[in-house]
Amino acid sequence: MRARIGMSARIDMRARISTVPAGSGRAARLRPVTVRIGAKRGRPGRSVISFRLSLRACLVIAALVAAGLVISALTLSTGSYHVPLSDVVRTVFGDGSTLDRFIITRLREPRLLTALAVGAALGAGGALFQSVSRNPLGSPDIIGFDTGAATGALIVITLIHGTAAQTAAGAVLGGLATAAAVYFLAMRHGVHGYRLILVGIGVGALLSAVNGYLLIRASENDAQSAALWLIGSLNGRGWDYVGPEALALAVLLPAAWWISRALGVLELGDDLSRGLGLRVEWLRGTALLVGVALAASATAAAGPVGFVALSAPQIARRLTATAGPNTLTSALAGAVLLAGSDLAAQQFPTGLPVGVVTAVLGGLYLAWLLSREWRKGRP
Amino acid sequence: MSPDTNTDTSTSTGMGTDSTDRHRLSARNLTVGYHGKPVIDELDVHIPDGSFTVIVGANGCGKSTLLRTLARVLSPLRGTVFLDGEPIHALPPKQVARRLGLLPQGPVAPDGITVLDLVARGRHPHQNLLSRWSEADERAVRDAMAATDTTELADAYLDELSGGQRQRVWLAMALAQETGILLLDEPTTFLDLAHQVEVLNLCARLHAAGRTLVAVLHDLNLACRYADHLIAMRDGAIAAVGRPGEVVTPELIEDVFGLPCRVIDDPETGTPLVIPLAPNPLRQEASSS
Repeated sequence: MRARIGMSARIDMRARISTVPAGSGRAARLRPVTVRIGAKRGRPGRSVISFRLSLRACLVIAALVAAGLVISALTLSTGSYHVPLSDVVRTVFGDGSTLDRFIITRLREPRLLTALAVGAALGAGGALFQSVSRNPLGSPDIIGFDTGAATGALIVITLIHGTAAQTAAGAVLGGLATAAAVYFLAMRHGVHGYRLILVGIGVGALLSAVNGYLLIRASENDAQSAALWLIGSLNGRGWDYVGPEALALAVLLPAAWWISRALGVLELGDDLSRGLGLRVEWLRGTALLVGVALAASATAAAGPVGFVALSAPQIARRLTATAGPNTLTSALAGAVLLAGSDLAAQQFPTGLPVGVVTAVLGGLYLAWLLSREWRKGRP
Repeated sequence: MSPDTNTDTSTSTGMGTDSTDRHRLSARNLTVGYHGKPVIDELDVHIPDGSFTVIVGANGCGKSTLLRTLARVLSPLRGTVFLDGEPIHALPPKQVARRLGLLPQGPVAPDGITVLDLVARGRHPHQNLLSRWSEADERAVRDAMAATDTTELADAYLDELSGGQRQRVWLAMALAQETGILLLDEPTTFLDLAHQVEVLNLCARLHAAGRTLVAVLHDLNLACRYADHLIAMRDGAIAAVGRPGEVVTPELIEDVFGLPCRVIDDPETGTPLVIPLAPNPLRQEASSS
């Protein structure tokens, strides 16, 4: 069938004042724009491709991309050796002095790209977990991933005295094994959100005790490097970190986007979702798998950087004012949050681990957002 | 990509001429239970096409379980649910969802969802990767909101609506699914009497427009008033089936609910009205007829 390609973006953006109960005091809101491409031949009024586009979401995405670009430029420019912005641009596009090229393309660029990619993975993964657990505080740790990853890393650091790569591998293995154990322990006639959270808390507590024991019996040196790993850092991340993380994102982000519309339906509850034709168990399993894989890739690259997975989806949800997982916006928010935090961390002469900054920045922003909404009287 | 043909027309491919094959939705030898313990045992039921069927019974008698099994949400231990002559649990879920809709009991919406966004999610079974918001989707949502009188609430957040408004929005979502059969699990719980009547009047309009409705209701008198087909259940089995005027008797109510009562004609509709017998101190001496 040959589809006649014709752009017919019918726009429904009459900024209608809604007639909600008086006193709710809401301002006019923009309706999504409907986009339809390619009329089906012989079937008037039917298109091949159709979707709704929220103008607000587009604006938010544009703003996040702009923020990411500004942060990237500043990151490449600042440091103990200052490179003017004009030279940054020239160097990135393949020109510039030898020294600039070395500093930017060998040292700063891979670290920046790692930060952006890890942030995106954490943001998207967090969005999946919060959607599946129907809990705004949901994160990969609800199925014990973070604690398990720490156990794996601690075993490598304190018992095997392995290299950084071995530590990363240990963390990923520990996290995946724990997540799998929690998933199967929680499974009985399918996995339900609550049982998953409860089993996750139980297993997490168990592993926390193991982690504490490993730290206590470690030598002072090992304990210090363990503590540094546990807080998450981007120090000295080279191109060998960028490739694998980019590859992981190239596979996992489309997968996350693919399931996110169905996840929006799943948020309405299991019975209703089944009534709407969802394969609930399959969908939940896939979402957890993709979410854990995203978290694992991020942990392998930067350690367990805190708070990004938690706050990025919340920030995205409030910026777009849309219910549902908001996967892509969360990924962008996570990237901006982590790259911005790393930029801030690098301003400290001693080289603060980025995990400290994400906790402070993300926490402050979330607290501000929530308090603002409480004052407006909306939970 | 197959177009969304109108699947509302009966496409019964039943081979036998068994009574269950003449109806779009039926079940045979149904045994359903949780953790291997049957709640419903060896039950046969059919839902007459175009009826407003109401399932009544005491708490825990299995009426919700029956409804959820008919909707393919629960899998039976034994027996089969047939939709258009095919075993429903063998059909692809999206295909079922284009023919049969379910509004579960006390549905919960995510925080910060708007009415329009919620109603639009009812279109999920009709959408796919490319066709995410077709003309048909838009029309179905608009019609569903008009039918439930929720058009003006489109931009409101669900959590700022009253209980009655919220239930109408959920019904709009179920309507947007555009199924010929709609199953409602206690659509009037937590509503005051006026809102119960409002929701049931809406159901009656949907029924008059040609939909097959199956609802679980608690209020016997409202059930008798609105249903044209009543299924009374007791202990996981069917105690009586038929028009309310024919099956609702004091004996049946005593049998199903353990409630001694009188049954009189509803002065408004002529349908049965169940009056529980009062114990002595509350009785009016002169009232004996």
